[in-house]
Amino acid sequence: MRGRRGRAAALPGSGGGRGGSGKFGSSSSSSATEMAVPRILRAAAPRLYSGLPAPAALTAAAARPRDPEDKLLAEPLRHPDFFKVKNLFTLKDLFDARVHLGHKKGCRHQFMKPYIFGCRLDQDIIDLDQTMQHLQLALNFTAHVAYRKGIILFVSRNRQFCHLVESTARECGEYAHTRYWQGGLLTNAHIQFGPGIRLPDLLIFLSSLNNVFEPHVAIRDAAKMNIPTVGVVDTNCNPCLITYPIPGNDDSPTAMELYCKLFKMTIIHAKNKRKQIEVFQELQSRQKGDTSRPVVAEGQA
Amino acid sequence: MAVVAAGRVLRLGGRWSAAASGGPSAQRAIAYLFPSGLFDKRARPMMKHPSEIFPEQRKIQWGEDGRPFHFLFYTGKQSYYSLMHETYEKLLNVQKHQDQLVAQGFSLQKEKKNLVGSRWLTKTELEGMLLEKLSDDDYSRFIRLLEKLMTLPCSDIEENYIKKFSKEIAVQLQKVSTEPLKYDEQGVAFSTGEGVRKTSRATAVVYDNGTGKITVNGIDILRYFPVLQDREQLLFPFQFLDRVGKHDAICTVSGGGRSSQAGAIRLATAKALRSFVTETEVEFMRQAGLLTVDPRVRERKKPGQEGARRKFTWKKR
Repeated sequence: MRGRRGRAAALPGSGGGRGGSGKFGSSSSSSATEMAVPRILRAAAPRLYSGLPAPAALTAAAARPRDPEDKLLAEPLRHPDFFKVKNLFTLKDLFDARVHLGHKKGCRHQFMKPYIFGCRLDQDIIDLDQTMQHLQLALNFTAHVAYRKGIILFVSRNRQFCHLVESTARECGEYAHTRYWQGGLLTNAHIQFGPGIRLPDLLIFLSSLNNVFEPHVAIRDAAKMNIPTVGVVDTNCNPCLITYPIPGNDDSPTAMELYCKLFKMTIIHAKNKRKQIEVFQELQSRQKGDTSRPVVAEGQA
Repeated sequence: MAVVAAGRVLRLGGRWSAAASGGPSAQRAIAYLFPSGLFDKRARPMMKHPSEIFPEQRKIQWGEDGRPFHFLFYTGKQSYYSLMHETYEKLLNVQKHQDQLVAQGFSLQKEKKNLVGSRWLTKTELEGMLLEKLSDDDYSRFIRLLEKLMTLPCSDIEENYIKKFSKEIAVQLQKVSTEPLKYDEQGVAFSTGEGVRKTSRATAVVYDNGTGKITVNGIDILRYFPVLQDREQLLFPFQFLDRVGKHDAICTVSGGGRSSQAGAIRLATAKALRSFVTETEVEFMRQAGLLTVDPRVRERKKPGQEGARRKFTWKKR
């Protein structure tokens, strides 16, 4: 999944930008059938889509209407932190929200060992420096997905925070699933929902375990369907299949409220940025359109 | 068209040439030869209104860009889960309000509302409301959540919301009204009652300011009912109300045997006495069984048995 972002960043520079970026540009806003092609084929034969040098006339003619769209989508990818996600939280905020508190030593998952700072009186303490880094990466990724008008699905099977997660999703205009997960939701979507359905582009797990303390089925299904995942992993969770794990506490109300607040802020911020840039580009194009006419143009808006 | 075709066929004959030349009257005249119900108004197909055949269904759930409209679309049961979400939100609201009141120092009291006249929506009605199939578990969970919301002290805030899911049932009122006392020529208060038991039918007229004289079909009860048990049955209503020597009764009875006649008269006198007595005493009489018609009737004899229950003697060989 990170390779996809990396490849996309490289594409505007290459000669055959039309083929590559066009596909990428359309993938986030078209139906599932078109989306499936770039993901699967990209994984299978990456060199096919690296962009071939096309004749200059063709590229010039075809590239002209797509130029602003390319700029719109490519501009954020040039900066490491375009949405200034690092300013949203500090280490102290994480500490005050009790994000560093893990479960007891006996509940520890083997793969969480690198993320654990230490153990005090049998309770695991999560390394907040690592959490900071992971959280920044995850929020950055979420912001990019939201900027590109992707569908984000919040998943959590913790009954205590079901209402909180659903309200967060509703307020940022995204989707939530905090109920019983039907088996074929992602893998059998065309039959369960109907043809032409668009699957989520990102899954955010605010608690990666289900009610019986097993990894949530959606993690595996998202990996099967090549959907990137962001997940808060506690000391008893398996961080393996999650694309952007965030080691942290998923049981305290303060921690959950903090996560919800952060995700909500990033998504809303990213969407507003997108609207801003679109409006800006439209104004620019209107100005250009006005100045290109030989007749005296009307006054500016 | 069939008539015209026939007209051509009949052109051969001379007499029918009038029909062949055409004209509506001629066509009507020979229409009987080609009985076809196809063009009759009554033969037209009877069709239901399209809304009955194609029930209200969900329209497409997502927009042009593929994004679903409802934020819980990906759960599969968006209406049901959004209903649960809303109801839980109301619950949290009420709890917050309660906490505020407690913080201000008010005590919370729950007035018990009489829920006799209302019921929750049935599963089918809820399915119709949500346009979605529900399972029994889902339905029971929702009802439990509503009941939990109802039991909170400050649930009056969300009464409007709860009312959406409850229906009133018409409570069938019993005839609580007792007949008023009537007065005869001498100004003595009296009241009538009717009673049945098995095949006996009795009517009783109970007079006030009496000496406790009871007449049945013009005969004194001592003569009419020689057995003590029957006379005890007659006197039971008066004894229950402590009015043994205070009323006179004139009864008529027909049908049945001695015991059933006694029971019929007892019911008739009890019904008549309702007018003389307060409502609470009427309730006591009802609970004592004085005002209930005895439903026991003679059971029929069945074939293959000697009586209603008695079987023939079983012989081993």
